[in-house]
Amino acid sequence: MSILIDRNTRVICQGFTGKQGTFHARHALDYGTQLVAGVTPGRGGSEHLGLPVFNTVQDAFNASQADATVIYVPPFFAADAILEAVDAGIKLIVCITEGIPVIHMLRVKAAMKDSGALLIGPNCPGIITPEQCKIGIMPGSIHQPGSIGIVSRSGTLTYEAVHQTTQQGLGQSTCVGIGGDPIHGMNFIDVISRFQADDNTQGIIMVGEIGGSEEEEAAEYIHNHVTKPVVSYITGLTAPSGKRMGHAGAIVTGGKGTATGKVNALKAAGVEVVNSPTSMGIAMNELLKAS
Amino acid sequence: MNIHEFQAKQLFRNYKIPVPESSIATTVEQAKTVANLLPGKSWAVKAQVHAGGRGKVGGVKIAETIDAVADAANHMLGQKLVTKQTGAAGLPINIVLIEQTTEIKREFYLSLVVDRHSEKLCFIASEAGGMDIETVAKQTPEKIVSLFVHPAAGLQAYQSRQIAFAYGLQGEQLKSLHQLMSGMMQLFLEKDASQIEINPLVETQSGKLLALDAKINFDDNACALHSDIESLHDTSQEDEKENTAKKFDLNYITLEGNIGCMVNGAGLAMATMDLVKLKGGTPANFLDVGGGTTTEKVTEAFKLIISDNNVKAVLVNIFGGIVQCDVIAQGIIDALAQVKTDLPVIVRLEGTHAEEGRALLHDVSPNIIPADNLDHAAEQAVALAGEEA
Repeated sequence: MSILIDRNTRVICQGFTGKQGTFHARHALDYGTQLVAGVTPGRGGSEHLGLPVFNTVQDAFNASQADATVIYVPPFFAADAILEAVDAGIKLIVCITEGIPVIHMLRVKAAMKDSGALLIGPNCPGIITPEQCKIGIMPGSIHQPGSIGIVSRSGTLTYEAVHQTTQQGLGQSTCVGIGGDPIHGMNFIDVISRFQADDNTQGIIMVGEIGGSEEEEAAEYIHNHVTKPVVSYITGLTAPSGKRMGHAGAIVTGGKGTATGKVNALKAAGVEVVNSPTSMGIAMNELLKAS
Repeated sequence: MNIHEFQAKQLFRNYKIPVPESSIATTVEQAKTVANLLPGKSWAVKAQVHAGGRGKVGGVKIAETIDAVADAANHMLGQKLVTKQTGAAGLPINIVLIEQTTEIKREFYLSLVVDRHSEKLCFIASEAGGMDIETVAKQTPEKIVSLFVHPAAGLQAYQSRQIAFAYGLQGEQLKSLHQLMSGMMQLFLEKDASQIEINPLVETQSGKLLALDAKINFDDNACALHSDIESLHDTSQEDEKENTAKKFDLNYITLEGNIGCMVNGAGLAMATMDLVKLKGGTPANFLDVGGGTTTEKVTEAFKLIISDNNVKAVLVNIFGGIVQCDVIAQGIIDALAQVKTDLPVIVRLEGTHAEEGRALLHDVSPNIIPADNLDHAAEQAVALAGEEA
């Protein structure tokens, strides 16, 4: 068991024949992901990496009945790509693209409401269920099938959590990078609720950062609904106010969205909050032993 | 991206948001000339810097005579203005805005931002203008009205009426405020703003609404879509190192400590700063070299870090994903050969080909110290920076 994706998930790739799309599609195929087709407008009918290329997502979906799509198109074309996937009826949309204008995403989110489609990202590493399905840019080799669900706003910090849980021998059920943009798809609660319901997930690691209030909302949700052990690390304690720390969403404004506020909310909800990015795996192992 | 008040006011004019008559000057002579051309009995001379809090530190002066305009301009131009938002170094005043003064009846606050939670645009209004909104929020939160606008439906008249009544406006003023707020919406959406703030928005003695100050921030991700907005960029108002970093596609922010940090990934870069602090040190910068790190990028990153004289040690923290650690290790060796620094460089490599990477770094130079894990790396950096200081 896992959440959202497994060995049977059929995936297509938008921006398939581009440099990024090609590079990561090759890694996904090597990993064993069931990548079944690609989309590049104007290249329909050709073949790439041994897979059929379609002009539109609808064509690709009709031919492949794909469950998921991964988007590697440049930022100013990404909103279009997401909505094309929504309209084609794809249920899980993973957008890796970084640098999409916020107003584009506002329109996308408004337009895809009630569509039933799930969006992961943008500006994220993607989602992986180890040794079953890898959709995104994360290095497959650091993962190990196991029992910890990981959800994070940061790519490299997801890898830290993965690495540490692998070292502790716990492994991962599924890892979801929800992305560093202020307006994005699935949030902490959307993912954590699925981990809570997943039999294979025994513990949850949540990696948050400054900006917004999703960690605080997740804290309340965890307090009321989550029975599995949760370890959290929140980054940005030393970030100066008003500065955007790399991620478009990582900014403290007017005293709101601070790391301290998030840490306090999570602690109050009974979450084991670690103060070092190096302690996530150990803390989870100890929590599991104690429970 | 930030712009100056005078640039924001020009954009306001284009979107029918009323502003006072004004002109800019870059010399004292020019200040006198433009003041003479502006009708009225007095003028406001306003330093054009990318920071708020100007009024409290002499960045805004009211002049009753042309000589006083000249005097105020003379005191500002070529100087640096230090406000609570600029940091100790301050920002250079290269331009002053000479503006007609206004007979003010009341002052309000009005801004437009993106609300992350509701995924809508949000007007924030307060009858308490002229104060910073954070203070109002803390002391008298009941005076703040938040109004959410769906990006598809746009601003409705009832919504602007809600704010008009909160301000205590009446009659024709209701329509004026709706037009002003519609202009803000249109400007926000067409030019990909991230914040528009009017503080204060004033009601004049004759009952007109006027944006006395204007602040606009733009979404950095969208600037490339708007060449007219990009052309308003004033690099003199930004940190020199941060500007250089942008050229090389590096995310760099200057801080005040003595441990230079070079990290891949924004989250890990922030986490590295936090870890340095946790171990008793202080980070000199935030630096995300990004994915797909090349020797060229690593070299430029090192140059940036060591150009800060406060830096006593450099901590490199790389989690090799798709990019292999041995490639990065070679990049670090090549970069240091070019940059020539005596500072200790502590390197933590983890992930793909980490062991090969660490092996490459052994015995290259006494200054390069490979660390076996992130905790040790941070501890060593803090210890060595302490010795050097």
